[in-house]
Amino acid sequence: MIRAQLPALLVVVPLLAAPVIVLARRAALAWALALAASWSSFAIAIALFLQVRAAGVVSYAMGSWPPPWGIEYRIDALGAFVLVLVAGMGAVVAPYMRRSAAAEVPGERLYLFYAMYMLCLAGLLGIVATGDAFNLFVFLEIASLSTYVLIALGRDRRSLLAAFQYLIMGTIGATFYVIGVGLLYLMTGTLNIADMAARLPAVTETRPLVAAAAFVTVGISLKLALFPLHFWLPNAYTYAPSAVTAFLAATATKVSVYVLLRYFFTIFGASPAFAEVPFQEALLALSAIAIVTASLVAVYQPDMKRMLAYSSVAQIGYITLGIAMANRAGLTGAIVHLFNHGITKGALFLLLGGVAMRAGRASFDCLAGLGRAMPLTSFGIVIGGLSLIGIPGTAGFVSKWYLVLGAIERGEWWLAVLVVGSSLIAVAYVWRFVEAAYLQPPGPASPRPGEAPLALLVPAWLLVGACVWFGLSTSFNVGGAATAGQLLLGAR
Amino acid sequence: MSAGAVGGHYAYWVTVFLMVAGLYIVVARGNLVKKLIGLSIFQTSVYLLYIGPGKLIGGTAPIVAEGFRVYSNPLPHVLILTAIVVGVATLALGLALVVRIREAYGTIEEDEILDRDREPRGGE
Amino acid sequence: MRSYLVLRVVAKLLIPFMLLFALYVQFHGDFGPGGGFQAGVIGAAAIVFYALIFGLPAAKQLAPEWIVETMVAAGVLLYAGVGVAGILLGGNYLDYFVLDHDPVHGQHRGIFWVEAGVAITVSGVMLKIFYMFAGRRRDADEG
Repeated sequence: MIRAQLPALLVVVPLLAAPVIVLARRAALAWALALAASWSSFAIAIALFLQVRAAGVVSYAMGSWPPPWGIEYRIDALGAFVLVLVAGMGAVVAPYMRRSAAAEVPGERLYLFYAMYMLCLAGLLGIVATGDAFNLFVFLEIASLSTYVLIALGRDRRSLLAAFQYLIMGTIGATFYVIGVGLLYLMTGTLNIADMAARLPAVTETRPLVAAAAFVTVGISLKLALFPLHFWLPNAYTYAPSAVTAFLAATATKVSVYVLLRYFFTIFGASPAFAEVPFQEALLALSAIAIVTASLVAVYQPDMKRMLAYSSVAQIGYITLGIAMANRAGLTGAIVHLFNHGITKGALFLLLGGVAMRAGRASFDCLAGLGRAMPLTSFGIVIGGLSLIGIPGTAGFVSKWYLVLGAIERGEWWLAVLVVGSSLIAVAYVWRFVEAAYLQPPGPASPRPGEAPLALLVPAWLLVGACVWFGLSTSFNVGGAATAGQLLLGAR
Repeated sequence: MSAGAVGGHYAYWVTVFLMVAGLYIVVARGNLVKKLIGLSIFQTSVYLLYIGPGKLIGGTAPIVAEGFRVYSNPLPHVLILTAIVVGVATLALGLALVVRIREAYGTIEEDEILDRDREPRGGE
Repeated sequence: MRSYLVLRVVAKLLIPFMLLFALYVQFHGDFGPGGGFQAGVIGAAAIVFYALIFGLPAAKQLAPEWIVETMVAAGVLLYAGVGVAGILLGGNYLDYFVLDHDPVHGQHRGIFWVEAGVAITVSGVMLKIFYMFAGRRRDADEG
């Protein structure tokens, strides 16, 4: 009986945990509840992944109203894959938060921090689980609003302005998305995503459809931080608390990519009305610019968190490049990179959080001599950096391999050169860390020798290990991505 | 453009005007509270976009009653209630952030805030 | 002062009707514009009106901070609890059909409790927002 209720419980468990935490007040109890809810969601996500692998699609009628009249939770291969990533990151970051959040958030507000974290997790899981376009907007805003609060709880006062700017841009993005959904609802008469795809070919007036596609794409691209709509990301990642940055870097943008994939392939692919819209060319151009310019800008940043934030913009460019290629290999590469980049950036930001705990900041003058002061942390950052570059043996290599394959399949050699060439720029910014940590003597701002506490190191190294594991044993990430990609292309 | 296109669709013209006006205010004004007001205006235009087409000509309120056959669509109203609540929450959160920014920086003009961040400070 | 006297008398006359109107809107959401969110806002507006006329400390005596914060969480728990009750009684989450002896009455009951949860949370949130902003202004003036 529980098995049938899993799609609802996935979202309900963290959603219920949030008000219980608000009533509980005490920080230790709040953390314990958050931990329990995160781990339960992860277990449910794995169970759902296995269910989807066996049955194909899991459909759940919320309130027992049958779709398309009621809200339907619809989890297919792509959704299950992203769910495992999001819930997994939530489960890894939760034990990390106990020491990290206590160091960065004022004590009397800690229970509110955990409540917001639960709402964020529930929102992100809900976005992936739902099969209703407007319900997606509701969960999108739940996740976004709690994200703004989480970012604003950072130590630096610049986190307030970063959260405000993200609020303005994120709300504009979500409202654009709602305008697009409104236009689609006007033309098809339904909000259920699968039903919309079935009704779209029958619609004769194509201009509102193309307008809807434009609005939805721009709205989601704002959330995705696709160049040139990425301006909120560097500030938000740099000034947020370390655990929040790690969690967001691994999940928030990836879930927006999921929404983009869902719309591009399941909905817009269903109707020939969208055939003349130059989605592919525009996305290809923007991705290429994002990869090159963001990587170049990352090389010159004085603060390592900011550098990794710009690196994230570039890596998102790789994902959208794979989507723009729209062939089997390219799409597999994009979805695999969604996962691989999630765990890589998660690992890097968690390790940097340990540095921030010991040194106060993560700017390069604090990182001098880190190789001696915090050897495990530095080595972990180096491995994460190798994964960012795409060295064989790490997860990043697998995604770049498929992207290059996709480019070659399309016969566009310049794309393959772009992917490989930009990895060289990544070498430049990873080298900056290696130089500071291992080749420079400790400076006045460097932390005293001594590792970060175990509560921080263990989750971070778990993710570092995952980077290497999923680079060598690709059955889960590539298998899951390939199944998802095939499903999306088949739906076209 | 025929008179019908302008006159018959005046609801959509108002929607588009509010949408563009709201976006312009967000982009063009540096005062943080004015940005939030522009955002609210922008969100209000979306409510109009949904509710306008929901009303059917000759349709009555969507409550089943004797003698009525044409009902207006209740679904846009439900959607917009949700969107209004989201808008209220966003506005409240934005204003709370503005209050905290004012306490931290002493001003709510965006360029002044960025200037104060650019000046070298003693500590964090 | 005389002008304050007029305000205070009128407020004392109006506030009970505002609260009554909030309850009316809450329960007539089935048949007219209304429902939990609107009722919660009107109820909170009545308390805010009281705070404007009689001062924030008096309002905080009427609706203490800890009650307001508890209301926020309790309303959400009530709503989610109705959903879980649906699961425990054999249906899906937020299934109203199984909540009573027949589906129509089940819908009535489900909607009633869900809207009650919404009203509690919304009035709590609106009051909390008012307390946060109004309370801060006071500190800034004294500081």
